Parts: sequence; structure tokens; C-alpha cells
Amino acid sequence: MRTRPVALLLSLVATLALAGCGGSGASGDGGGSGRETGTLTVLAAASLTETFTTLAKDFEAAHPGVQVRLAFDSSATLAEQVTQGAPADVLATADERTMQTVVAAGGTAGDPRLFATNHLQMVVPRDNPADLKAFSDLDKPGVKYVVCVDSAPCGKLAATVLKATGITAKPVSEEVDVKAVLNKVELGEADAGLVYATDAVAGGAKVKPIDIPTSNENLNSYPITALKDAKKPALARDWVDLVTGPKGQQVLADAGFGKP
Amino acid sequence: MTARGPALGRAPARLLVPAGVGVAFLGVPLVALLARTPWSDFLTRLTEPAVLDALRLSMVTSLAAVAVVTAVGIPLAWALARVEFPGRTVVRAFVIVPLVLPPVVGGVALLSAFGRRGVVGAPLYDAFGVSLPFTTPAVVVAHAFVSLPFFVLAVEGALRATDREYDVVAATLGASRWTTFRRVSLPLAGPGLLAGLVLAWARALGEFGATITFAGNYPGTTRTMPNAIYVELQNDQEAALVLSVILMLVSVAVLALLRERWFDQAMRGPVRG
Repeated sequence: MRTRPVALLLSLVATLALAGCGGSGASGDGGGSGRETGTLTVLAAASLTETFTTLAKDFEAAHPGVQVRLAFDSSATLAEQVTQGAPADVLATADERTMQTVVAAGGTAGDPRLFATNHLQMVVPRDNPADLKAFSDLDKPGVKYVVCVDSAPCGKLAATVLKATGITAKPVSEEVDVKAVLNKVELGEADAGLVYATDAVAGGAKVKPIDIPTSNENLNSYPITALKDAKKPALARDWVDLVTGPKGQQVLADAGFGKP
Repeated sequence: MTARGPALGRAPARLLVPAGVGVAFLGVPLVALLARTPWSDFLTRLTEPAVLDALRLSMVTSLAAVAVVTAVGIPLAWALARVEFPGRTVVRAFVIVPLVLPPVVGGVALLSAFGRRGVVGAPLYDAFGVSLPFTTPAVVVAHAFVSLPFFVLAVEGALRATDREYDVVAATLGASRWTTFRRVSLPLAGPGLLAGLVLAWARALGEFGATITFAGNYPGTTRTMPNAIYVELQNDQEAALVLSVILMLVSVAVLALLRERWFDQAMRGPVRG
């Protein structure tokens, strides 16, 4: 087809123009020529690693010509990156507070939507070197447990839970995100770690979960939103719809997330 | 214009322009950092216990690391420069690899070796109940691991640059190899040694990835300045800026002091054949 390069160029210009004005219905015009292709960048809390990786495969299958680029980190780091202008289309954080810093900085397109909840669990290495049987055993002398640093949502939640349960022993380390906590436990370097229930699932056979009293009252809610400076606003909305829709909710539920 | 040597002529623009670009490239981010720093509460932040803790820890661990690095680094550099032995290239490769390893990977490697379940760490833990991660000595280990290569390469280079004839002369005069090393080779390599020390110390002071991976991050025991900066970046950006500037000022002050005292003199007159 001789007109193909021209058509491509036109669709590119259309896409850019739409992206520039905040983009409404980029895939709306006929023939699919305005449909966005290329790379969709999704920034997500470390605890979403498994679920979003699964959903990205579904998304790519449903959107030919689209690659989903996922970046997982502490929500606080991601929020900071977005407010500093990191190029991204979607942000999903592990609590509303970190999302609020992006909303306050005017970085979001529309209001964030809650799509999941999570609670904390204690995990111990498979062979349980410190022989911990209950959450209160953290107070036994010499137990080395790790938590998230208190600027990360999982660290804030851990501080709340530790206070609510009256644990006075101090952690040996404040790790940068929940995956780092899980890693220290999987490696057997720490006797225990406080992670999200979903990470306890993700840890598989390498870790054993121990329930925390009161953790059902102390929940984190996960918000997701398309970003104001998104290069692919239509795809970003599609991603948010996928995560908040039945398919996304099923994947999240399977991984141990609660309903929003 | 003024950059003119007596008989060499004008310094060519094709060298000066890229040089200027280089200066701007390094200088602009530093100036930008200083410009964004909230100086009004600089002093109050500096005297916060958490900041002082991190600063003290960074100083102690980086200096301890330099001591370790010197103790094993000088003999290692000497062996690489002066002793012919099979597998020397392999040994040098071992020295260089940590240089190109991402520090976080270095931390994982250290965990695999010295962690509670590590190759070396597990027997130690089983026999004595000693476990390195999450302790201050672990920070020193992480620092030493990343800074040793810099030191060894600098010292080896310096030893190689000095004329081996001096060693030979000392030997013909009846000096043992130990005496030659102590009285001839080492003093001749002085400037390189100093440069190596400074490089190693600076690398240790700024070390983040291996430390947080291997040693963890807890105030007072393992939260060094770079760790504290990382934590504050997620929390309170202004505090992170203040911490960065404090770390920068301290290192610049120490380097300036060194320069005054020894560096200039050592750099000016390397005793060469």
C-alpha cells in the first residue's frame, strides 16, 4: 500500500495532538488509525509485581502493537518520580497517602480509583530458625525481624500494627520496600519480616505466613490513576479499566488482595 | 587567551571547548543542588540526632573500611606489581570485577558469601552463632568490598610506574625483599598510595547499594548518610537535600585538608628515575 507511510504519519500526528490536549477518545475515530500503539509505562507499588505482570500479558494480547513497560518500586519513590516529571502513563500506589502527594502536585488525570486492599502478615523462613509461633513471639529476645522503612506504605502500616499489638522489640533493619523485606526472609537472613498478605503468597514455599492480630482492621487501600502527562492517555485509561474491571479484580483476588 | 604556555602557543579550542563542557557537566548539577537546598534550616537539621548518628556512622565505617583496604590492599597491589606468579591475570580480574559490578549485586554476592546462610557465613553461624548482616561490621565489609579495587589499582599503577632498578640496587646492597618493599618501593609509590586512599575513602563514604542490600538499614547501626538520604528522598525532599549537602561538604572539607597537608606536595614531587 503506497499510502501506508502517510497514514502512519497522520495517525502519529493525531496521537500526539490528542496526547497534547489531554486526549479524549484517541481510539474513537474510524478504522482504528488513531488507536495508540507503542509502549505503555505503568509505575506500580512493589507489592503489585506479580498481579500486574500477569495483567500486562493480557493487556498486550488484547492490544496488538502495544508493549507494557512495568516499573515496580516503593510507592513513595514512584510518587516522587512522577512529581519530578518521570515519563509514565499510569501510577498505582500501595496507599492513598502517597497517591495524594501526586494529586496535590497536579500530576494525575482525574480522580484516582481504589482497586484493592491489603493487610500485613508476618513471614518466617521455611525452617523458622527463631522458632516463632505467633506474632507476639517477635518480642522474644534475640529475634531479628525486618520491616519496610516508615516512608513506604508497608512501613507505615507495620508501625501501626506493631503499636496496636504492643510489640516493643525493634526491627534490625528498615528495608526500602516490601520485596526487600521478603527477600531478607527468603534468604534466611532475618528471622521474620512484616509483609503484605499478598507477598506472603508470592513468597511461596520459601516462607511461612503467620497471622497478625488486628491486621484486619489495619488495611491499606490501593489507588490507581492515569497520569496527566501520559504519552498514551487512551491506553492508560484502558489499563485502569482492566485493573478495576472483572478480569483485574479476579487476578488480584487470586493473589490475596481484598476488595476495595 | 590567557591559557598560553611560554613557548607552546595558544591552547587549541578543540581541546578547551570539550574541557569546558566537561566542567559544566559536572558543575551544573552540583550548583543546582546547592541552589535548591533550604539553607534557612540547615543548621537545625545538621544538629538533629538522626543526622549526627548517620554522619558519625558514615565516618566510622568509611575510615574502618579504609584501614581494612590499606592492610590487605598494599600487599595485594605489591604482589600484582612485583611478583611473577601463574594466574596473575586471573587474580587481577578478581580485583577488577567488583569495580564494574552494580553495587546492589555486590551486596547480594556478599550475602551469598557472608550471610547467615552464606558459603562462609553459615559455618560461622553454626559454630559461633555469629551473623554479620544487620550489624555495623557488615557496613564496613560492604564498604571495603567496593573500595578495595580502587585502592589496589591505584597502588599497583604507582608501584609499576616507579623504576624497578631501585629495587635491584637495594637488593645488590644487601637489602632483603621486605626491607626493599618498606624502604624503597612503598615510599616511591607514595603519591599513588595517597590517591588510592582518597579514592577508596570517597567510594566508601558514598557507598549505598551494597550497604543497604548486605547490611540493611537501621538508625545508629547501619543507616549511613547515603542510606539516610535515600530514606529522606521518599519522605521529605528538603531534608534529603540538606543531608546530601552535608555529606558533600564533609567530603570536600576532608579532601581540601588532605590537599593542603600532603596531597600537593606528594603530587608535585613523585620521586622518579
